[in-house]
Amino acid sequence: MHKEYTVKEIIRETSNTQTYLFTGKIDYKPGQFIMLWFPNIGEKPFAVSHLKDNEFGITIECKGKFTKGICNIKKGTKVGIRGPYGNGFKIENNSIIVVGGLGMAPALPLIQKIKDSTIIQGARSKEFLLYKEDKNLIDTIAKNKNKIIYCTDDGSFGINGFTTNVLKDIINNKTKIVYTCGPEIMIKNVFDICEKNKVGCQASLERFMKCGIGVCGSCAVNDQLVCKDGPVFSSKQIRKLTELGKFARLKSGKKVPIKEYYGYRSK
Amino acid sequence: MLKQNFCEIELQNPLVLASGIFGTSVELLNRAASNGAGAVTIKSIGPVEREGNPNPTVVEIEKGLYNAVGLPTPGYLNMDEELKQWKDINVPLIASIYGSSIEDYVNITEHIQKFKPAIIELNISCPNKDDGMVFAKSPGLTKDLVKAVKSTTDIPIMPKLTPNCDNISQVAIACEAAGADAICAINTVQKEIIHPKLKAPLLSYGKGGISGPVIREIALEKVREIRDAVEIPILGVGGVTYGKGAIEMIKAGASLVGIGSGVYLRGIDVFEKVTNEMKDIMKKEGIGSINELKG
Ligand SMILES: Cc1cc2nc3c(=O)[nH]c(=O)nc-3n(C[C@H](O)[C@H](O)[C@H](O)COP(=O)(O)OP(=O)(O)OC[C@H]3O[C@@H](n4cnc5c(N)ncnc54)[C@H](O)[C@@H]3O)c2cc1C
Ligand SMILES: Cc1cc2nc3c(=O)[nH]c(=O)nc-3n(C[C@H](O)[C@H](O)[C@H](O)COP(=O)(O)O)c2cc1C
Ligand code: FES
Repeated sequence: MHKEYTVKEIIRETSNTQTYLFTGKIDYKPGQFIMLWFPNIGEKPFAVSHLKDNEFGITIECKGKFTKGICNIKKGTKVGIRGPYGNGFKIENNSIIVVGGLGMAPALPLIQKIKDSTIIQGARSKEFLLYKEDKNLIDTIAKNKNKIIYCTDDGSFGINGFTTNVLKDIINNKTKIVYTCGPEIMIKNVFDICEKNKVGCQASLERFMKCGIGVCGSCAVNDQLVCKDGPVFSSKQIRKLTELGKFARLKSGKKVPIKEYYGYRSK
Repeated sequence: MLKQNFCEIELQNPLVLASGIFGTSVELLNRAASNGAGAVTIKSIGPVEREGNPNPTVVEIEKGLYNAVGLPTPGYLNMDEELKQWKDINVPLIASIYGSSIEDYVNITEHIQKFKPAIIELNISCPNKDDGMVFAKSPGLTKDLVKAVKSTTDIPIMPKLTPNCDNISQVAIACEAAGADAICAINTVQKEIIHPKLKAPLLSYGKGGISGPVIREIALEKVREIRDAVEIPILGVGGVTYGKGAIEMIKAGASLVGIGSGVYLRGIDVFEKVTNEMKDIMKKEGIGSINELKG
């Protein structure tokens, strides 16, 4: 059953994203997710982005029916949380983290732990580069001897172009792992670059979830369940995922091309 | 030792993946099979595409699960690609179907029988859709339904019954009289749970069905009632997670044993674990076969 938490603070990150901080403890490994329930509104999976001793938070993009509804909630609102669920990342230093858009949210706890690594963060344009001004993040990156490279599709900040172009340039035989989260098309391209360079990949996938615990089958990619076998998949597993970047299932369970999946859900 | 014959179908062991758990696709059904399931049931297929209820739809409770997934389905006419792969499933397939009218069940049966499932299960007992239990609460309606489906196909027919009715024996007798080949019991037990602290219904449907060890005693009791009322074989489902529980279910009168929530509690290799536990117990007690167990 859901554990009860209270929204302690709401931080506006970009024009369409907000971070919700909750008081309390959570036993969370980077890469896992929680099922967040706003009573009488609904329940969805989210990654934890902020993690401290007695406080944690998630970053939500207000884009669809559910998230637009909760973007108006106030400090003090009571919520229920189940989880954390899923496997999480295996952390190796000397790695590269490639994130696109909101994919930066699940990567944040990983960045707190990893050392001697490079983060490639991409977004449509400057204002969507999540946490760019976050002092905590800038400090940990320095402390852990990590490096961050920004890219924007429109060139308004950092490198003009896709994260994958930067990855191609800097990946080498000393790269331990390439971690990636973000749009599935990007993930697929990152994986292909890793294969070419014979570097292991750990990708965090997303599918529509109902149970979050491996029983309803709604989050299936081939014979894997994203909620239970993932959400982080390694190269060995990804090689067998013929549906990756191609097909996904609607709430009804109907398998459709991935474009139709994204388009359908915005209605 | 665990081989079993059910409606003239050979199973390597009596354990069956229950409908609605894990088995939404052929690839997942085959994964259950390679983890030791003797047969697998596909997520119930309905007449038209349906999303099911909004989240929360499944929540863990003490000793089980509480769900109102609400029968999402692509709709039987939207899934030929999937149906064509049924022949690639490595163990007998039970095709679970649901509908709102006799016509729905007949139409779906007519279509899917071309893809040759081993058994067709009539889900007439879902508590999570407004008309989900109409048939299984009425012996009369159930009899008409089973008769109509039987006259549509030669594939064995197995209605799935609900404990949420006045008299499950009467419904079982109606099934047998109408020519049903077997009975599956039970579906989840209807319940309304409110979050004790957040004071809101735990599932957005408002109510739901409980499953897992919390319903084990109810399931055993219902299977005994059905065994005493009819001759046709029973697939007993409800609360089985360990070898001991599976054996109890067989002793209560079941020929096959379904596992649903056990997949959540013990992992998808629950089938291998339970078969091994059953073998150990049977060896210790000097029992050589499932039929000996039934006594
Ligand atoms: C493991 C996991 C972790 C997640 N972590 C986060 C997180 O940290 N922050 C966050 O905001 N969201 C996260 N999500 C996604 C979140 O659960 C919702 O699906 C998303 O916020 C849209 O919800 P909605 O109901 O408002 O949108 P919907 O009405 O369902 O859809 C609105 C729009 O969002 C797009 N969309 C919907 N779902 C996805 C998806 N899964 N991937 C990409 N685009 C999508 C659709 O194209 C559509 O245009 C995560 C999902 C999973 C499975
Ligand atoms: C999440 C979930 C979904 C289910 N979906 C279906 C379904 O589609 N059709 C059906 O006949 N039964 C469905 N059931 C009921 C199970 O098949 C089974 O009868 C019930 O859970 C009792 O068995 P258990 O205690 O082993 O879980 C579902 C149960 C759960 C928990
Ligand atoms: S969300 Fe139900 S199996 Fe993954």
